[in-house]
Amino acid sequence: MRIFLAKRVFTLVLTLLVATLVVFVVLEILPGDPAAVMLGINAETDTLNALREELGLNRPVWVRYTHWVGDLITGNLGISYTYDVPVSELILDRITVSFPLALLAMTLSTLIAIPLGVMAASNHNKPMDFLVMSFSQIGIAIPNFWFAMLLTLLFSVTLRLLPAGGFAGWDAGIVPVLKSFLLPTIALALPQAAILARVTRSALLEVLQEDFIRTARAKGVTNQGILWKHALRNALIPVVTIMGLQFSFLLAGTIIIENVFYLPGIGRLIFQAISQRDLIVVKNLVILLSAAVIMINFMVDLLYAFIDPRLKGGGDV
Amino acid sequence: MSKIKIIVTLIVLSLGIAINASSVMAAKDSLNLGMVLEPTHLDPTAGAAASIDEVVYANIFEGLTRIDKNGAVKPGLASSWTVSEDKKTYTFNLQKGVSFHDGASFEADDVVFSLNRARAEDSVNAQKALFKPIESVTSKDSNTVVVTLTQPTGSFLFNMGWGDAIIVDQASADKNKSNPIGTGPFKFSKWVKGDRIVMVRNDAYWGTPAKLKTATIKIIPDPAAAVSAMMAGDIDGFANFPAPESLAQFKSDPRFTVVIGSTEGETILSTNNQRGPFKNLKVRQAIAHALDRKAIIDGAMFGYGTPIGTHFAPHHPAYVDLIATHPYDLEKAKQLLAEAGYPDGFKGVIKLPPPSYARRGGEIVASQLRKIGIDLEIIPVEWAQWLDQVFKKRDYDLTIVSHTEPMDIGIYARKDYYFAYDSPKFQALMEKLDATVETDARYKILGDAQRLISAECVNGFMFQLAKHGVWNKNIRGLWENSPVQANDLTEVYWVD
Repeated sequence: MRIFLAKRVFTLVLTLLVATLVVFVVLEILPGDPAAVMLGINAETDTLNALREELGLNRPVWVRYTHWVGDLITGNLGISYTYDVPVSELILDRITVSFPLALLAMTLSTLIAIPLGVMAASNHNKPMDFLVMSFSQIGIAIPNFWFAMLLTLLFSVTLRLLPAGGFAGWDAGIVPVLKSFLLPTIALALPQAAILARVTRSALLEVLQEDFIRTARAKGVTNQGILWKHALRNALIPVVTIMGLQFSFLLAGTIIIENVFYLPGIGRLIFQAISQRDLIVVKNLVILLSAAVIMINFMVDLLYAFIDPRLKGGGDV
Repeated sequence: MSKIKIIVTLIVLSLGIAINASSVMAAKDSLNLGMVLEPTHLDPTAGAAASIDEVVYANIFEGLTRIDKNGAVKPGLASSWTVSEDKKTYTFNLQKGVSFHDGASFEADDVVFSLNRARAEDSVNAQKALFKPIESVTSKDSNTVVVTLTQPTGSFLFNMGWGDAIIVDQASADKNKSNPIGTGPFKFSKWVKGDRIVMVRNDAYWGTPAKLKTATIKIIPDPAAAVSAMMAGDIDGFANFPAPESLAQFKSDPRFTVVIGSTEGETILSTNNQRGPFKNLKVRQAIAHALDRKAIIDGAMFGYGTPIGTHFAPHHPAYVDLIATHPYDLEKAKQLLAEAGYPDGFKGVIKLPPPSYARRGGEIVASQLRKIGIDLEIIPVEWAQWLDQVFKKRDYDLTIVSHTEPMDIGIYARKDYYFAYDSPKFQALMEKLDATVETDARYKILGDAQRLISAECVNGFMFQLAKHGVWNKNIRGLWENSPVQANDLTEVYWVD
């Protein structure tokens, strides 16, 4: 286990270092001057220079790179060029929207997908299987932003039960927050659930062919018992892998849903920062997100070991 | 299985509770105003984004003068002023009993500080040119400020009404980006970044207090989301609605008022006057004759917009209607191109920034110019790229931009500007304008200036950007037009 951890930490550091280089170089190549974006088309040359000086953009490339990486190591994320507030504060604000939303969507998707997948597998080639697979097919085919718009049309515009979007803020209390999260959660969860149900079903079907299932049946274990206790646990590895990928996506890849529901999440922050050339926000966010994805993968690996104790020995999965 | 059932039941129940606790009807002294672009910060003295002024101008911050909804100069923090005989010395008498939102009192020193800060060497004011004529700013006593100019400047009082010229307090000036402290009728309350900015009434306001108790600016970047937010009643109105294609839907809905006003945005086919064929006046004239303004307005703006024949706002009293000087005439255009030495046309590049007027308008312009043989390659660019390639490096043939600053015809006198238009004649006109204070004489010069750039076809003059206001029919007092970039909420109220 110790070797396993050491390996992981080493990969983490190395990946992040490579990520800093890639991000820095890409942003250097990207055309556009943050000062010009901020000051617009009437600004005078000396004003632009004054702002570039203030932002530290006039320093040589390698000085800026080493300063940035040095700051990252000491945990200093710097000050946003455009918002003029600490980047850490900015990101924290957005995480309080994106993280709970991702968690809710993931939970809902799992709660829908696993039972459906199990039902489909246990009724292989029967009407129930067909029904679940049709649902899954539709779920994969429908773009989530379109589904989101249908939800707003029904629940906000027609029934006027829920707000069409926006984030009430945590200080408004739990009920308004849940109300702002409800529709986005459904819009995010259903397409994910469709994929997850499919994966669960096929993984289960594969496991159900194995010898130990026949043995269990021979011992007289009930069908339900075989499904939930023996088969599902052994089918979980691919399911957990997909869930890990989906969670990484939900954290930062939900910009379209954030736009439809005008939620101030991480995805929109990145998009905005790129278009305004708020380079320091872009750089640090990308690094943080890379770290988050690596951490999620790491946790998925730990889960593997939990699901399948044979993997604890330090061997790779 | 039963465990899962319990969990599912619990979730369904909690969702039900959440739905049932539906919101109470909004009290009638609060307003939720939608906006597309979020300001990056809230200090209008340190950024060009119109969205900054659209939140804070006249609401949180005030200047010596203020621009009212008709574009007229009105007293602001200066209750009155006198101008010396030689038009170079302005003596401002300040309002008494004014204090900043943090309790600090407003005095002549604050004016001296604010104006000097804006024109200082390390100033990051996006409109520093406004302060260029100032020679010195001194306080005579705590209620009187004397501003001396190097030369008479006819637009000085108007310029002091811009958002970039607001008066700040030395103690709080550096923190205005995130915690703006002004003298206005609204106080900054909170900013949930990416979602909303909340302002509350300043009960200690020196002038007529605002009628609204709270004003919330909600940020909704997506036009489709803006439609649902209005329909769902989450938002009371948009001073400038982002989806002109949906206006018909709102017009037919009795819950809303739709007001089409005008802006200061001259939307032009900017031309690089020193590049390739575009150097040739005949080529530029040919383009002017090949532009079908009505088709552009209909196609790109769903019919909302006023055609222009020069770089000037049609609602301004000094506007000269020059549309007829270059009517839509393809034969003439082809003939001019042939005379210029391009009987078979030529190839060029049009770079289009993100706003829909540019992207949609650009495609229509390209197809119109193709009819006379000018084959344009369309290159969409994002805003930062546009500023870098087009604006700074002048690496472009044609582009489409709406110039939204009020009274900005003076940019044609800047020979290093991205139009690359260097006309001593025009520059002389602007110098003369600067030195002229009488309104009639100024209007005459402005007329000459409009005629000159129209005759020289510096750019393709297309249309004045419209302002599509959509709001609840019970709201009164929102601006129909925007003579400056602002959403002045001081006189907004609800009727039953």
